[in-house]
Amino acid sequence: MTVLDSSADRTLEAAERLVQTPGPRRAWSWDLALVYLLLTLGAIVMVAPFLWMLLTSIKPAPELVQFSFLPQNPTLENYAKVLTTSNFGRWYFNSLFIATISTLSVAFFDSLVGYTLNKFEFPGKNIIFMGILATLMIPTEMLIIPWFNMSVQFGWNAGNAQYWGIVFPGIITAVGIFLMRQFFDGVPNELLDAARIDGVNEFGIFWRVAMPLVKPAIAALCIFNFIGNWNAYLWPLIIASGREFYTLPVGLSTFIGESTTAWEKIMTGASLATIPLLLIFIIFQRQIIKGIALTGLKG
Amino acid sequence: MNLTIRQRRIVWAYSFLSVSLIFFLFIRWYPTLLAVNISFRDWNVFAGSGEWVGLQNYADIWEDLFKPRSAVRAAFWNTLRYVLFGVPLQLVLALGIAMLLGQIRRFAGFFRAAYFVPYVTSFVAVAFVWRWLYQPQIGLLNQIITGLGLPMQPFLTSPSQALPSITLVAVWRSIGFAIIIFLAGLQQIPDMYYEAAQIDGANRWQLFRRITLPLLNPVIVYLAVLQTIQFLRMFDLVQNMSTDNAGGPLKSTTTVVLEVYKEGFSGYNMGYAGALTVILFLVILLITMLQLRVLSRRVDY
Amino acid sequence: MKQRKLWSLLSLLLIAALAFTACAAPPAGDSGAAGAATEAPADEAAADAGGEAAAADGEVIEIEYWQYNFQARIDAMNELIAQFEAENPNIKVIHNSDTPYDNFRDKIAASVPAGVGPDVVSLFYGWQTAWLDAGYLVPLPEDAFPPDEIRANFSPMVEASFVDGTLYTLPTAVRTLALFYNKDLMEAAGLDPESPPTTLDELKEQAVQCTVRNGDAYEVFGFVANPAGQGHHWFREVLLRQFGQQPYSDDNRTVLWNASEGGYEAWHEFLSFGTELETGRSDLITEPDDFLAGKVCFHIDGSFRLGSIAENAPDLNFGVVEMPEHNGIKSTFGSYWTHGITQKAAADPARMEAATKFLQFITTPEAGTLWVEMVGELPAQLAAAENPELLADEKLGAFVAGLPYAVSTFFVDESKDRQAIIDANDAVILTGADPDAELDIAVQTVQEMYDEFWADR
Repeated sequence: MTVLDSSADRTLEAAERLVQTPGPRRAWSWDLALVYLLLTLGAIVMVAPFLWMLLTSIKPAPELVQFSFLPQNPTLENYAKVLTTSNFGRWYFNSLFIATISTLSVAFFDSLVGYTLNKFEFPGKNIIFMGILATLMIPTEMLIIPWFNMSVQFGWNAGNAQYWGIVFPGIITAVGIFLMRQFFDGVPNELLDAARIDGVNEFGIFWRVAMPLVKPAIAALCIFNFIGNWNAYLWPLIIASGREFYTLPVGLSTFIGESTTAWEKIMTGASLATIPLLLIFIIFQRQIIKGIALTGLKG
Repeated sequence: MNLTIRQRRIVWAYSFLSVSLIFFLFIRWYPTLLAVNISFRDWNVFAGSGEWVGLQNYADIWEDLFKPRSAVRAAFWNTLRYVLFGVPLQLVLALGIAMLLGQIRRFAGFFRAAYFVPYVTSFVAVAFVWRWLYQPQIGLLNQIITGLGLPMQPFLTSPSQALPSITLVAVWRSIGFAIIIFLAGLQQIPDMYYEAAQIDGANRWQLFRRITLPLLNPVIVYLAVLQTIQFLRMFDLVQNMSTDNAGGPLKSTTTVVLEVYKEGFSGYNMGYAGALTVILFLVILLITMLQLRVLSRRVDY
Repeated sequence: MKQRKLWSLLSLLLIAALAFTACAAPPAGDSGAAGAATEAPADEAAADAGGEAAAADGEVIEIEYWQYNFQARIDAMNELIAQFEAENPNIKVIHNSDTPYDNFRDKIAASVPAGVGPDVVSLFYGWQTAWLDAGYLVPLPEDAFPPDEIRANFSPMVEASFVDGTLYTLPTAVRTLALFYNKDLMEAAGLDPESPPTTLDELKEQAVQCTVRNGDAYEVFGFVANPAGQGHHWFREVLLRQFGQQPYSDDNRTVLWNASEGGYEAWHEFLSFGTELETGRSDLITEPDDFLAGKVCFHIDGSFRLGSIAENAPDLNFGVVEMPEHNGIKSTFGSYWTHGITQKAAADPARMEAATKFLQFITTPEAGTLWVEMVGELPAQLAAAENPELLADEKLGAFVAGLPYAVSTFFVDESKDRQAIIDANDAVILTGADPDAELDIAVQTVQEMYDEFWADR
């Protein structure tokens, strides 16, 4: 990757000229203590409801209506019930499969479109951008019936084709395109031009030069898209023919009845559903945080 | 055929866009135009057809705006309030937290995960927990408040407090998204800018004002536009925060999309729901274009 | 390159997902024999539902039956389907019952225009008007369901299934409301747990006595008039009638809640529990749960609550009596999940015949008896409901006793009707608005809905 190296060197040199003494960004420890204090307070607010959910999942059903924070007789009975009396394993797989497929597709297409909308000049560019953005402004609740019609016509509502049926409305997303378009703004045009001079074709420039520079954004996009699909509810419910093809949230909703809801099962199922997402986040957040800026350019 | 460089790049651009354009035309725009069409009809959900009634559905909405206890009037007004409270609160808090998170090294991963927890958690479950927290008599929040010697608060059961209460949950739920985007944006700002400015004797406020804010502009535009759209489309949160009086009490929390859903799916009044959708669409479009115009500025690095 | 890491991570996830199927397959397969048995054919049905022509004689005809997800109902219906298929080997019934209650209507609304969906469908009787309006349900054939026999044999509340003299739907089972009481709380308040209130005045008196307050907070709610729960039914069909005011005109065109002084009186009685009596405010979000938690003394609910008490509060020491009477008038609200035949079935004579046979089968007194045993809802056919054993049942007895005088409201749109009462109640309780003016607004709101409905007819 000679292109990267040479341009990185040039940028670095510029940086070195500007910066003579690399001063520490953090001042005194009092400041830092305050920062930690504030963050801790915030974190408690953020995590407490989640903790309550976890704690509720180990309460026996009758204890649920007592509204106490801590369980009096902790039990794993709910987990046993959820795992044995529902199609939980199958729902888990469905969610994982669907979220993964859609995320792979979104990572590629949203980046490509976002890149094109930021780095190319062509007639109709603004109209296309607004046209894509405008699709965000229609509540999906209104689109469900036409989508279902479409799916029935193409046979996407039966058998394994349902997986495609669940995924197709989300294989490309306006949110992601918009995100990537904004982040490609930070990629210097000179770098792309340098690659052009070196004879790299346009796709190569996108894939090998531009993409690596927006990795934090791609990681963020992947996380958000994965979570969005993992938690999607109304459309997967409408398209799935039965519980075999339900995703996790739809499956959880089978615990909600006409007049009663098995909240202990919902809390348990939700806890089981959330933990892998947290793990995925913890893995990916490093990608974001390592960042690019100067270090990223060293390739 | 000899193409100029400019023409060649146009061809590249369109070939990059091709798949996505087809997708958006057929999967997104076609059903949207269908909804627009339905809004001019007395649409029968079950028959999948309906008689053309011109602007009748729009006229009905207009008329309903002036009825006592009008659901649509409340819906439009509330939706606006959700945006006005929610978006600025969300952006300011998220930027603040992201900058604090940027300051720390130890436990950084832990804190980032903590702030992201609400975003990943299944919402049906968390909405229920929040309803418990907000309980008027025995809820944890009221226990804390009365413990501090303050009067008990009705929260979700009060027509004046319910909307801010739900807004707070909305901010709580999605702030993780904004924090991560801000973090990614902050990471893109090269350290050398700060270092150079510090050498010039700039104080922290100046660093923030002259470097952070302008360089974050694309991210701020993104978040402002997106969060506005999301608050304007508020629905499932409001629905989940109440078991049997969604949008209440006294319609004080209902939103346009909730009314679209109620009219369309429990009232089978799709024409009316379609007209509401079209109006909402136009409102969002207008606001978004304004935001893009006002907020977007090219930044020289 | 780091780029690659990202992609390999994603691919890894995909592989993990695939591996998961292998592990997940066995539990998915054997979980709930009912589920597994019904799902596989459901796919085929969806595939060929598009327009397979009428099956020739001797061929097996498939029809679809849909209801929302509720385990006891699913089990009971599976049992009925098994019996039916044994008697009719050339009819196969596909039972679709996975959709959650909250989204059942959404699912139907999406399916029907696409040409898929049920032939025989379960629906709440209050939705019938809207479904009819949309032309989704067809009249039940008179030779199979003679109106006179239906009127004679079924609980009187089933009258709500007739529209302009034509029968459109028929239930297996029905529900009534009754008064639940917590024996331990009554005892703690110095009341006799063996003589629960039988009149409205006794209810008021005992509820006040049972209420325990600590400053602003309630420790025990005597009684909560909760319009978002069953309270709106109690007001409409019980209180109004007891104060001499029928809720709607006989032709169902006019809302009469405020047509007489009695109407306002009934409304004041309803509100009084939250205002002057202070036995509990309807601002509680989870009132039925609070009864389960032992925090509510008296509570109006349907027999379907018995199941959730048995599951979530097995130790609750409670009893059930008939709805309190007033001015010598007994009344209760009756409701039911009913079954209709859809246009999809009617489009094909063979399917229509099969659907008719199936509907006849699931509405017999025997089906009702099976239903009360498995689900706890009362048989819709009087022959099965007048069973002395049921009447003597400690918990179900009060509901059965209500059957002869239970009334079902004719609803144009149940959710809007209910919303109007909720809003009027909230306006008074939460903002201190004038009760009479709020009742007038509610009547006006509902009346407009009625006018619009009847204008098209």
